[in-house]
Amino acid sequence: MNAFLAGNSLMRGLYCWLAANQGNAQECSPGWQPGMAARDGLLPAGWEWLAFAVTASVAAFLVLNLFLLLAMFYTYLERRLIGRFQVRIGPNRTGPWGLLQPVADAIKLLTKESIIPDGADRWLFNLAPIAMVVTMFMVLAVLPFGEGTFIADINVGLLFLIAVTSVNALAVFMAGVASGNRYAMFGGVRAVAQLISYEVPMVLSVVGVLLLAGSLSLVDIVNAQRVPFLLLQPLGFFIFVVGASAEMNRPPFDTLEAESEIVAGYHTEYSGMKFGYFWLAEYSAVLTTSGVIATLFLNGWQGPLLPSHVWFLLKVFGLAFVFIWVRSTLPRVRIDQTMAFAWKFLLPLGLLNIFVTAAEILVLGQPQGEGRVFSTGGLWLMAGINVTVTIGSVAVFSRLVSLRTPALPVPAAHLSRVEAR
Amino acid sequence: MTTGLGLSAAPPGERYKRLLPGAMSMRSEPVTVNVGPQHPSTHGVFRLRVTFDGEIILDVEPIFGYLHRGSEKLAEERTYTQVITLTDRLDYVASMTNNQAYVLAAEKLAGLRPPERAMYLRVIAAELQRIASHLMATGFLLNDLGAFATPLMYCFREREKILDLFEMLCGARITLSYMRVGGVFQDAPEDFWPALRKFLKEMPGYIDEYEALLVENEILVTRTRGVSVLTVDHALNASVTGPMLRASGFPWDLRVVDPYEVYDRVRFDVPVGKAGDNYDRFKIRLDEMRQSLRIVEQCVEQIEPGPVRAESPALLRPPAGDAYARIEGPKGELGFYLVSDGSIAPYRFKLRAPSFINLTVLRDLVIGWKLADMIVTLGSIDINMGEVDR
Amino acid sequence: MYGLGILSGMVVTLKNFFRKPFTVSYPEQRLPQHPRFRGEEFTWYEERCTGCASCAKFCPLGIIRIVTHPGGTTPAEGDSYAIDVFDIDIARCMFCGLCVEACPYDALFMGSGFEEAKYRRRDLVISVERLRAAEKRPSTWYRPQLEGQAYDPRRDGSLPWQKAGREPWPYHLPQRPQAEGEKTTGEGTP
Repeated sequence: MNAFLAGNSLMRGLYCWLAANQGNAQECSPGWQPGMAARDGLLPAGWEWLAFAVTASVAAFLVLNLFLLLAMFYTYLERRLIGRFQVRIGPNRTGPWGLLQPVADAIKLLTKESIIPDGADRWLFNLAPIAMVVTMFMVLAVLPFGEGTFIADINVGLLFLIAVTSVNALAVFMAGVASGNRYAMFGGVRAVAQLISYEVPMVLSVVGVLLLAGSLSLVDIVNAQRVPFLLLQPLGFFIFVVGASAEMNRPPFDTLEAESEIVAGYHTEYSGMKFGYFWLAEYSAVLTTSGVIATLFLNGWQGPLLPSHVWFLLKVFGLAFVFIWVRSTLPRVRIDQTMAFAWKFLLPLGLLNIFVTAAEILVLGQPQGEGRVFSTGGLWLMAGINVTVTIGSVAVFSRLVSLRTPALPVPAAHLSRVEAR
Repeated sequence: MTTGLGLSAAPPGERYKRLLPGAMSMRSEPVTVNVGPQHPSTHGVFRLRVTFDGEIILDVEPIFGYLHRGSEKLAEERTYTQVITLTDRLDYVASMTNNQAYVLAAEKLAGLRPPERAMYLRVIAAELQRIASHLMATGFLLNDLGAFATPLMYCFREREKILDLFEMLCGARITLSYMRVGGVFQDAPEDFWPALRKFLKEMPGYIDEYEALLVENEILVTRTRGVSVLTVDHALNASVTGPMLRASGFPWDLRVVDPYEVYDRVRFDVPVGKAGDNYDRFKIRLDEMRQSLRIVEQCVEQIEPGPVRAESPALLRPPAGDAYARIEGPKGELGFYLVSDGSIAPYRFKLRAPSFINLTVLRDLVIGWKLADMIVTLGSIDINMGEVDR
Repeated sequence: MYGLGILSGMVVTLKNFFRKPFTVSYPEQRLPQHPRFRGEEFTWYEERCTGCASCAKFCPLGIIRIVTHPGGTTPAEGDSYAIDVFDIDIARCMFCGLCVEACPYDALFMGSGFEEAKYRRRDLVISVERLRAAEKRPSTWYRPQLEGQAYDPRRDGSLPWQKAGREPWPYHLPQRPQAEGEKTTGEGTP
């Protein structure tokens, strides 16, 4: 419990207010905060577990609601910015500059009838949107939003994050198969193929970060970034961003819900707030993924002058802007090319990245204790090598790898169908 | 194996078995999906009954007629002037060229020759309409490719300018009814010419922008190069015309091989594709827009003041006989066949709709390709259901 | 190749990001409308109308209904039929303007508005009372005499019949005599 609270100013204040000076809470030893030194907690001794539970619930509640507000604002921002990319105005009718548009959308979705199709599997159909939203919010549990502001700093944070986000594939598949619609089934089957495939290069790209930081805890990873890992791991950054946009069904990899092909993909049959859940999950996924990328590659909350939370938000929305920009520019990749891109292009690049990073750590790092440390010159040398390797390997691979596939021969028996009739 | 669809065929897994002996023991069966009539990218109310093996298309059966309005029959009860309003509604993104083809047929029937200025005005209007139609085709093709409407919005921005020009010419933006048998209804207003010059100056820059946005884009190239190749022989056998035929590498343009109006007085190139794949069909439309701009520029230089309408009675009664006139429409050879029995209404009115005939090759183009390719191929054919169903 | 095409596309969209939007917020802002715009509500000058029903005959859809009785007089044309009913069913109208083109007395003009949405179809029938009472904002479509006066219906407001002018040119003749007060040359004319 103490390790849990260490460095977590988000929860420590409340916890100490409830359970300070109980003798067994060293975290709240006198002087943990000036001016509140000799105050006793509200709860009697032996009730720290309750203080802990209340603190955790309150923190989770706060973070979740703040995040939902941010996600609502983000939906507005995305529509507005895409409007500007398309040289039009975007939503501007509800409230000043259309700021209340997400509220209007939510009201509309809530008042709509929630239809369950006849052929649907009711249980799975209702469960899928919840599974999708819940897994999306579980990422928030380990994400550090600022200096000392996180819900939990667990020592396998990155592993938790990867594990939780891959449940997403299950939710999408559930929605697709339970709908009893063939378009939805196409979306669900594509989801299984695409989401699981892109897990592999994504995890491989993160290994480079792990090698450099020497820890799975996200807080430790941020603290380990003397130089942003974007410079040390440009190839890993590239693979992670591409993989993440495939995981989030963002264009150009939005084959799961490709509007022009399979209507709406896995959520074709959803209406009302169940559709709203999918919508919410997709938009908030952009924010959480941007948060993860900012944490892993862009120095997290660290930055000069401004408060740490502001830096974090700036980085998150900067990355979100890039995602919006990409969405408004690129056409969709075909599903088999999406798969080929993951296995033929990103996977070898990810392995190359691990190999290069490991070799650099061996050659450039000086052993110290359990790990290795780098001189500033060594870091810059490493950045230079890695940027060169990235540009070179991407260029070479785009020459080597062809994503095009020919038409498959169709048995003549199928072709005779129309004539036979 | 007999499936629920009444197909008696080896299961599609068979061919994987041949490739990987013993690896494929999973039982699978084809799935039939109705793509349309209500689907985001069927360009109107077009329905395709598609049989899939996974993502791969085994069979396509196009079903149309949802927008049938009986234009050909309606025309038999209307005077020659009134029929012009019906032609507006055939290919509703290219009303001007429909008008042009019809009035050419009616003029041939009635033995009228429009004045010079009218012919120039018609060519200017028709070429502007070709640009507008190609802009729509390109924008919606990119929408079918999944580009989230950005190229579409850029294309619409320029199309709006053309529609503004049309509004100056004839007071309407879509259903134009600009041309009349024996000329055009009225001369262009004074402010049309500066606006047209401004458009001609700006438009090449916008086409450059589309090319920077699209032509080199790796995703677009990967998705369209080599996909759904239409060979010249196949195209000629299916009597495919227009940009689709030229994309296959056959330089057939009625403006050159059978010049009508003033096309023999302007110089322009006929862009030709190489492979006849989806990429060429997309690219050739961008190239044709540049050529259309060239034609309009030359027409603006050559046009001279004068009457815009030939002398003709208010109620046209062409002598008994028949006439066929064809033009190079934005989608292909657009022809009208008119039979007159000497009365005020045509006895028979027959339309050769280019996109209907181009659509006939769809099944051969998409079999063996994937669902996403079928949508793109359909977009690259550039159909318009108003014209297909009539 | 090498992702450069994607990058050049991204530059294009970023360039457009900083452009002024080309759409407008419709009810507050309006796009400029050309005087030739074929609008929904018709402008009819009873003083000129002789009740000949040419418009009704030329309408491709037959949506103009005219009932007359002998014995009217128009200040412009002398003896004429008096109009009892003049219904234009704009619910079915396609605004081709052939009725305006057919009118030999320049009595019928296209309107210039486009905001005639109604809740009931019968409200879309323009009756003779409504035509009489309506504000006269004629479109210059097929009325070269109005274009000669540089009249803009959205800008200039209601136009009485004396000012609407008469076109001395029967429309089916090729060469139009120069109308009075019409501009003969303009800078833009090729």
